[in-house]
Amino acid sequence: MKLLEMNNIKKSFGDLEVLCNISLSVSKGEVVAIIGPSGSGKSTLLRCATMLEKIDAGDIIYLGEYAAKNTAEGKALYAPAAELKKIRNYYSLVFQNFNLFPHYSVLRNITDAPINVQKRSKAEATKTALSLLTKMGLEDKKDAYPYQLSGGQQQRVSIVRALAMNPQILFFDEPTSALDPELTGEVLKVIRGLAEENITMVIVTHEMAFAQDVADRVIFMDGGIVVEEGTPKEVFENSLKDRTKQFLQRYSHK
Amino acid sequence: MILTIETIIIQLAYGMLKSIAIFGLTLIGSLPLGLFVAFGRMSKFKPLQLFIKFYISIMRGTPLMLQLMVVYFGPYFLFGIQTSSSYRFIAVIIGFVLNYAAYFAEIYRSGIESMPAGQYEAAAVLGYTKSQTFFKIILPQVIKRILPSITNEVITLVKDTSLAFAISYMEMFTIAKKIASSQSTLMPFVVAGVFYYIFNFIVAWIMERAEKKLSYYR
Repeated sequence: MKLLEMNNIKKSFGDLEVLCNISLSVSKGEVVAIIGPSGSGKSTLLRCATMLEKIDAGDIIYLGEYAAKNTAEGKALYAPAAELKKIRNYYSLVFQNFNLFPHYSVLRNITDAPINVQKRSKAEATKTALSLLTKMGLEDKKDAYPYQLSGGQQQRVSIVRALAMNPQILFFDEPTSALDPELTGEVLKVIRGLAEENITMVIVTHEMAFAQDVADRVIFMDGGIVVEEGTPKEVFENSLKDRTKQFLQRYSHK
Repeated sequence: MILTIETIIIQLAYGMLKSIAIFGLTLIGSLPLGLFVAFGRMSKFKPLQLFIKFYISIMRGTPLMLQLMVVYFGPYFLFGIQTSSSYRFIAVIIGFVLNYAAYFAEIYRSGIESMPAGQYEAAAVLGYTKSQTFFKIILPQVIKRILPSITNEVITLVKDTSLAFAISYMEMFTIAKKIASSQSTLMPFVVAGVFYYIFNFIVAWIMERAEKKLSYYR
């Protein structure tokens, strides 16, 4: 079953075409890693998928429901606000810079949207939050404020915040890029754990070893197009395109 | 008749109540109005944005004393409207509220614009509505950021209440000036100075406590 289909997405910032006719589809239980150099459009693709940016042309379909539909004139037409509100419930996003709410405690960061947006009961939201925090080994931090946590802890809290919304798809936008190298491990371990639970994920990342290890499918983007796509083995070990090889070579030196 | 120091203090304390009334009503009016002005200033609707910009530039670019006179005498000299005696106080409040709203608006704007885009984006992805995002996520953080600037304005306002003497409203400073000239003594000014100082000492203390209260996060 397809959870997300993005067809022929086009997106420009002024004269700069960032996404040139890109398509992406994600099935239930799949872990997709998107890799590529900076400026390749991979983060923009994610921001378009999560509707933080508007696409110029193309379709965005979640669970068969159109969030945006290409018109006969080749322009993307977004669904009415009420429909988009419903569709937003299907996914969640973990940001590079966590973007936790600094004035809320860890627990409130996690429970506030379930209670005030999804109108779930406070008791149920709290119970869910606490069990997720316990799973991440952060139960003793529930009353802490974000500034009191390390970067790795903040990112794990923001993963809990995303999970607490019960999304069908979880997006990650370079989840370890803002972390000190010694803190990336704890976050990657959490994501790996989620992959083992068959949670559908789309991960934009610079961690090649991690992408190779955790993804079912790897997409290499450059210059606003998908250069190569396949299993980790196909992309990392038997890449067909020179650009992919060049890119991977640069990273293997690290 | 020579006034004793006690009489002077009592008369000035009475004036102080008027000053406090100006202070309180100005804050009650201008703090919320300033937020609306800030929204207008940040509006994408150009004519509104330009109008607010013009309004703020007039309020900041001309003396408050002059603005009070325009509000007080304007209705008569511009439109021939006969104003009642109670209009004096109303004119003071209108003048102060309009002036301070402009300053508060710019403080709000600086605070709102300093908020990182990530806070809006996180709220959007979590499904918060625009007004939930503003009132639950953005505004509380903005208040913490702008509190020191607000404190500055509030302290200035305490002293600015004395400008009501420009239209002879009987607040403390106007009374002090009257007594000083009729009694040929500087005593009322000294007493008034002490009153203003005590008032501001209390204001500063309250604002400091508010800042402390918001220091539970960074």
